Formats: sequence, C-alpha cells, structure tokens
Amino acid sequence: MTELGAEDLVGGVPSLGSPNVPTLAPEGGEVQVLASGWRLATREFLSNRLAVVGLGILVFFVLACFLGPLFYHTNQTISNPLVTDGAPGATHLLGTDDNGFDELGRIMAGGQTALEIGFFAALMATVIGTLYGALAGLVGGIVDGVLMRLVDILLSIPLLFIVLVLATRYSATVLSQSLIIGLFSWLVPSRLVRGEVLTLRVRDFVVAARIMGSSQRRLIVRHLIPNALSVVIVNITFLIADSILLIAYLGFLGFGLTFPTASWGDMLGNAQQAVESGYWWLVYPVGICLVLVVMACNLVGDALRDAFDVRLRRR
Amino acid sequence: MTGMGTTGVLEVTNLSTQIRLSRSVVEAVGNVDFAIGAGETLGLVGESGCGKSMTGLSLIRLLPNGGHIVGGSIKLRGLELVDLAEDDLRAVRGNEIAIIFQDSQSSLNPTMPIGRQVAEPVRLHRGVSKSEARERALEVLELVGLPHPRERLDDFPHQLSGGLRQRVMIAIALACEPKVLVADEPTTALDVTIQAQILALLDDLEERLGMATLLITHDMGVVAGRTDRINVMYAGRIVETAKTERIFAGMRHPYTQALLGSIPSLDQDRSKALYTIPGLPPDLAPPPPGCRFAARCPRATEQCQVEEPPLTGEDADHLFACWHPVDGPVERSVTIPHATATNGRAEGDRLLQVNGAVREFPVTAGVILRRQVDSVKAVSGISVEVGSGETLGLVGESGCGKTTLGKLVVGAEKPDAGTVELAGKRVFDLRRGALRRARRDLQMMFQDPYSSLDPRMRVHAILREPLQIQRVGTRREQDEKITNVMREVGLPLTALERYPHEFSGGQRQRIGLARALMLDPQVIVADEPVSALDVSIRSQILNLMRRLQVERGTASIVISHDLAVVRYLSDRIGVMYLGKLVELGSSDDVYHHPAHPYTEALIAAIPVPDPTVEKHKGAVAIRGDLPSPRNPPSGCRFRTRCPRAQELCAQVEPLLRPFGPGHVAACHFPLQEPVGTAEPEAAHGSAG
Repeated sequence: MTELGAEDLVGGVPSLGSPNVPTLAPEGGEVQVLASGWRLATREFLSNRLAVVGLGILVFFVLACFLGPLFYHTNQTISNPLVTDGAPGATHLLGTDDNGFDELGRIMAGGQTALEIGFFAALMATVIGTLYGALAGLVGGIVDGVLMRLVDILLSIPLLFIVLVLATRYSATVLSQSLIIGLFSWLVPSRLVRGEVLTLRVRDFVVAARIMGSSQRRLIVRHLIPNALSVVIVNITFLIADSILLIAYLGFLGFGLTFPTASWGDMLGNAQQAVESGYWWLVYPVGICLVLVVMACNLVGDALRDAFDVRLRRR
Repeated sequence: MTGMGTTGVLEVTNLSTQIRLSRSVVEAVGNVDFAIGAGETLGLVGESGCGKSMTGLSLIRLLPNGGHIVGGSIKLRGLELVDLAEDDLRAVRGNEIAIIFQDSQSSLNPTMPIGRQVAEPVRLHRGVSKSEARERALEVLELVGLPHPRERLDDFPHQLSGGLRQRVMIAIALACEPKVLVADEPTTALDVTIQAQILALLDDLEERLGMATLLITHDMGVVAGRTDRINVMYAGRIVETAKTERIFAGMRHPYTQALLGSIPSLDQDRSKALYTIPGLPPDLAPPPPGCRFAARCPRATEQCQVEEPPLTGEDADHLFACWHPVDGPVERSVTIPHATATNGRAEGDRLLQVNGAVREFPVTAGVILRRQVDSVKAVSGISVEVGSGETLGLVGESGCGKTTLGKLVVGAEKPDAGTVELAGKRVFDLRRGALRRARRDLQMMFQDPYSSLDPRMRVHAILREPLQIQRVGTRREQDEKITNVMREVGLPLTALERYPHEFSGGQRQRIGLARALMLDPQVIVADEPVSALDVSIRSQILNLMRRLQVERGTASIVISHDLAVVRYLSDRIGVMYLGKLVELGSSDDVYHHPAHPYTEALIAAIPVPDPTVEKHKGAVAIRGDLPSPRNPPSGCRFRTRCPRAQELCAQVEPLLRPFGPGHVAACHFPLQEPVGTAEPEAAHGSAG
C-alpha cells in the first residue's frame, strides 16, 4: 500500500456517502502502479524462455551472416575445381562444395539473402496488407465485400505456381524475389487488420472520440492504428519465416537466385546427390541453419502474440 | 442452527482453496464452514473476487488452472469429496451435485440440440437407453417450464432466448435429481422480468425436489426472498452467517451493513447519499494481516490491522468475525446539499428535444451486394424533452432501444426520421466546424469501463483529447482544466500518467465521467453507468454522479435497466418497451402510481433487499420474453405479455394519454383513469 494520505488521494473532495469517519482507503481507491503496456509486454516476452532463445538465434544469425564475412574471407564468385567437395578442415571450416566454394562462407552469403528477402517481403506485405485491410474495415459495406472477395480469390491461387512462373520470366535478384513474394503474401495480414479494425471501430472509445467531434483522420492515426499495431507486429515475424521458407523452396526447385548469388535453397538443392556420396557437410549445416532461423522467427512470433494478449487480458 | 453436522446434506468444514499464479499464490477461499440441509437454501453473498464462485467450484473440484484445495473437508451425505479419486468424483458431478452457471450462452454446447444436452447426464449417470434418456429430458424440460418442450427438443441453443437457455441449463442440472444444487449467479445476465421468473422457478423446484441449494450471488435482493440462511463472504473468508431475516434486521459485521446500505432501494430518499464502501477489496496474494476488511472499514482500529477476528457470536446461530461489531442496518444520515429541492422544470424550458425519433438497423443478406431483407426496429417514434439541469431516466429491458435513443441524442447514430434539437437548434444538421462545436454540448458516459478508454493512451492524453479536438485553450489552460476535473471525480493526480489497464472498473468509470465533463457539456448521456460495477463501487459512482448533478446543474439522461438506479438519479423517468415510450412522468409518479401495466410489472420484478417484503411477493407479474424487435407485435407492442390485453390492443396502437401533470402513458386499459380528454400531443403522435 502506498504511503499517501487520504487527503492527497481524494484531492480535497470530501467523500460523501460514508459516515464522516475517514477510512484508510481513498474515495476513488488507490491506483495500482503497474508498468506501461509496452513495458508489461516486454516483461512478459522476456519471461518466456523459448522466446529469448529464439531472439538470441535471430541476433546470432544476423550478426554472423552480415559481419561474419568481414572476418572470414572466402571466395564465392570464381569456382575452384582443385578443392571441390573438400571435407571440413583448417582452411575450410565446413569444407567446400562441388564448385570449390567455401561452405561456411556460402552459408553466410546465403543467410544474407534469406534474411534480406524475408525482411523486405514481410515489410512490403505488411504495408500493403495493413492499408488494404484498414480501408476495407473502415469503409465497410459494398467496398469491404468486393475487396475481401478479391482477397479470397487470390488466396485460392497457389502462390508457388505464380512465383515459379514469374521467376522463370524475370532475372531472379534479391530485390525482384522480395517484390514477388511481398506482392503475393499481403493477403493474410490484410484479413487480420480488417478483422481488427472491424472490432476496434465499434469499441466505445472510438465512439467516444466521434462524439467529441474527432475527424476521421484523427480516429485512424490516434486510435485505430496504434491499437491494431500489435497484431501487425506479431504477423511480421511469421511473414519473415514464411518468406524465408518460400525462397528456399524456389532455390531447391532450381528457380532460385541467379548465380553467383548464394541462397540456402540452392545449396540444399545442389546437395541432393551429396547425401549419397557421404558429403554430409553440404547438407546438414545449411539445413540446420534454415530450420533454426525459421523456428526462431516462429518462436518470437508466438511469444509476441502471448505478450500482447496478456496485456489485453489485463495482468 | 441449520444442523451443522446433524442434518446437513452437504457439510463443508474449514475449506481452503488456493490458486497458484506464475508469480504468487492467491488464497481464494480460507477456512470456510457451512452446512446445507435437504430443501434448504443457503445464500453466499459478496463482491466479485471475494471467493464465492471458487467456493462453489471447490465443491465439485472443478477449479481453474493452478487451483487446488489445500485443506478442510467437504462431506456429501457423509462421503468425503476432498480426497475422492477423480473417477469416483465423476460419478458425483452432475449426478449428486449439479451446478448452474451464470452465462448460459457459453455453458451450453452450441452444436448439440438441447434435448441431447439435457439427456447427456442421464445417459452418463443412469446408464439408460437413448430413448429413455430422451423421455427424461422431455420431463425435465417440462418441469422447468420450457414452452412446448416436445417441439423444442431438437432446437439448438442459439434458437432460444437468454431466459429459455437458462431454463435449459437448469434442466440439465436437474436431470439426475441431484441432492445438492449450486447456482452460481443464475440470473445475473438476465433482465429483471426474466430474473423474477427464473428465481420463482428455482424456488419452486427446490421445494418440490427437496434439494439443498447453494445460491451464489452479489445481489442482496436476490438472496432476501429465496434463502433460509446467508453467508456473507469477504476476501475469501466468511465474515458473517445467520438466518436470512436475522442478518437483514440485525447484522453485526460492518461489511454486511455496508453491502446492504450501498444498494439504492426503490423508495430511496434522493436527498440522502448512498452508503459507500471506500476503496477496493484487497489483493489476496498474499492476504493482508489482521482483519481483511480493515482498510475499508470506518470502525477499524490498531487491533484490526494486526489481529484477525475469529468467527464467533453470542449464540451459535449468528456468527460474525469482527472486533467492533455494529448493531443492525445503517442509518442514512449524510444529506446532499440542495438535493432536496427537485430540480423542477419550468414550463416551456426545453433544452433538449427529441421529436419522433426513429432508428431502424437494416438486416442484410448476401455477401457482396448485401440486400436489405428486414430491419430491427430499435427506436420507433419517440419524443422526449429534457429541461436545463434536469435528469431524465430511461428504463426498460435489454433490447428496448434505450441505448440507441441515447446514441441518437449525442449524435453517435443518425435518426432515420425525426429530429434532435438542442436549445431549439437541429444540431446534427449542421456541417463541419459548426457541427464540431455543437458536439461540445452533448457528451456521453459509457457502460463498459474496459472498452470506453483507449488502452494505448495515458489518462492525461485521454482527458486532453476532447480539448484538443475542440481546440479549446492553451496547453496550460488544458492542464489546469484536467487537474480540476480529476479533483471533481475524486481521482489522485498521480493517475494522470497511468494507462487504463492499471485502474479498477470503478476508477475507469470515473475517468470516463471526467472525459465527458471536460467540455462542460449541457447534456450528458450516461448509458448504464454502473451496471458493470460491483455493488460497493456502484454506490460510489452513483453518489459522485448525484453530487456532480447538484454542483454543476448539467442536464442528463441516465439509461439503465435498473429502476432503482434510474430512480435515484432522475427527476423524471421514461419507461421504454420495444422501441416505444410507454410511460413518462416524474420519478415519484412513475414509481408510486404507475399507469402502464408494464411499469407495474417492472417494479414488481425487482428483487427488494428485504426478506419480509420479498417473501410475501405474489406470483410473477409478467411472463415470457421480449418479442423480436424485427417484427414487433401489432397495435400495442406489450400486448403479448400483458395481463390486461384485449382485442383492441392488437388492432389499435395506444397513444400517450395524460394521467397528471407531466405524467403520460400509452395504454388502452391503464391502471388508473386518465385525466382530461385523451388529447394526443402533436409531438407524441407516432403512429408508425
């Protein structure tokens, strides 16, 4: 209990109903001192051990892939037939592949593209999806009906086919791949945001702002977007994971990035024969990296969702 | 005493239940003793969070995650339940002990026909055939008064109204003829008229089946007429126990006294403030030392802070746990200054005028084109006026359109026909800047304290927002205004930097009221301002609203399903039924001399916290449910439930007729003779 006098808390207003005997508790009751919503969510997130592990893995991979090549110089552009399929050793920590590229260096390079594509695609999908969903949810009526049916139709087309077709037509660079994936994965976030906006716009605090005379712009900027943000943030992590997986599928199927850009999917695809030859270093390290990054994204996403939910559930 | 250990069907001794949370342990129930005999009803009363539901759930060991019984004994006809194996306990649940929950919507399986749901426990416990179980289901559904049970057996829960669903719940509980029935807030989610029907049914069934009933509720009115004995619970402990009559007439614990004193009664003197319990119930993780009520008790001394009082008394029949017991009910003494003079409305003073307002919500079909197939007639031609400084109360069952009317007044909804005028101006026909300015004068206070404040804004920003939108004052003036209003609503200034989730329900309601006051409006619409709050907090908010009415002289419209709340706050009362205004008059006229049968039934259905009154109430005055507002009955909309209805009522819609100065009602066969000629005022004409 706080050590404030009843006088401070009531603010000089005599409490009316109770007999004129002061009680220890103030008229309006004490205010519980809790942390802010975001801080509470952070605390909840950090108390989730798996989430911290996931976050650790992600940070490790970002640092390793982007800073690692500065310390571990490798040649990833010119093939070297002299050292093809070399086993791990002192010069090549994880061995070399069938082109003589250093496997560890290639994993780093492939990790860069995977993370870049995952991030760009997720960002683009989120921006498009949020705007689209918010528009549908806010305007409602026929506009909402048409917009959402369009989403339903697009969702029923297998994304992989479209991406395959597009990937064969245009040169596959990091940017083009991100664009293609981003342009086709905003559907789920748009549905999420629309649902959130639909429930938010009938909430009493939005009605209250309307009654005060608030403009539509203020409603969106001050009330709707900040409150829908948690859903969007959670979804970004899942989108990153999905995009990384998708780009790996493409690479595996041979529709990946154009040589010499490295990607994990390409490496796995090329390593198919290596399993039989016993070149384990071409399969397991890169496979484990892919699984770890995707799993870490999902762990972080799950924990974020729980953290935000707890805040909404008020303690 | 009710045979503690002698005749009890259910005997609970020294029961303690804890709930483990991630960081702490909540002592939800501590050392609870009680016994219920066959055919007896024990009331368990207290605020939310006092452990009454946990006590009920402990009986059948269906505690939430982390909850477990840590000590004591529960004996059902000599059988110890506390350490009974899970398999054996399953034979007891739903068979020997049955439970009725508050929320029938979520307690029934939405994908299973009700007949099968009622038959399920019979099949499980009796091992009878499918058709025998179905026969039994039919029997029980008939017993609980479900109309046409044979046709309804294959209905799904969503096809039934709330009252009928609650009857199905009761049928499921009774299907195996339990010895003990736990009714956990069985009527809290229902309208008063339905509540009266359900309570009468429970009463009747108990007598006929000889069950021991544990009635858990927060409503002193509900327990007054229905129980033999009452246990008052506070913060996990039983603080007082006695025969019902005795506890109402001569309670000894200050909490019981305050709980009863804080309920606004129908014949409440409006000039007297309600008794309140300041503050909030304590956190039970861990519970405070000494008497748990000490922090909120006006009689608390040093001793209460350190030493916990035992549950004792002069005789074994009336026990209480208090070092400084009181003697009997509280004398209401605190008078609100100037509140005695009813804010009489000068003739012709029409600050706010609603003329023939109509609002119908379209019901649409189809996914893309959304054809309109029907409409919900929420408000069908209502005309009311509010004078300056006057408070108009609107009462009615849920679905009668009172909230929609309130929203029309503040412009949150647009009327399909009719007008809203403030000081003679049609404010919502204004455009842009002028409309925004006009909105200053019409503000609203909401029902749900959780959804009415933006969870992402600090209180300071929430209160500043109306001033920012309206571009009132400099930053410093705004801050000053915020400080003043915070003082007015009795909140500490430290609250300004906090987020809404850090406040209790009552405190949030204060913030909501403060936000409505920021613009110094001429009219405030308060939609169910206290119905989401606990009894003790409710009276705090009612007192606050009453004080602000007197101090500020703001006109207001108070909307509530609770006639007692409306009567305490209002000068005039309007009674609504299915989108129509059926009676309007001064608060005394409507309560003491109702002209419309619906008003009379509404008054009769309210449980009065006085056992002598409640136990001598006659049969339930009003039967059945509210008809669908999609397709309201022809003529008088109340006729389907009215005891006085005749053929005329189905053919001609009754108009409002005067029954005294300012007292009108719309009924062909009113409870009193109308005065003067039946001259319908133009403004009230609403044949539509």
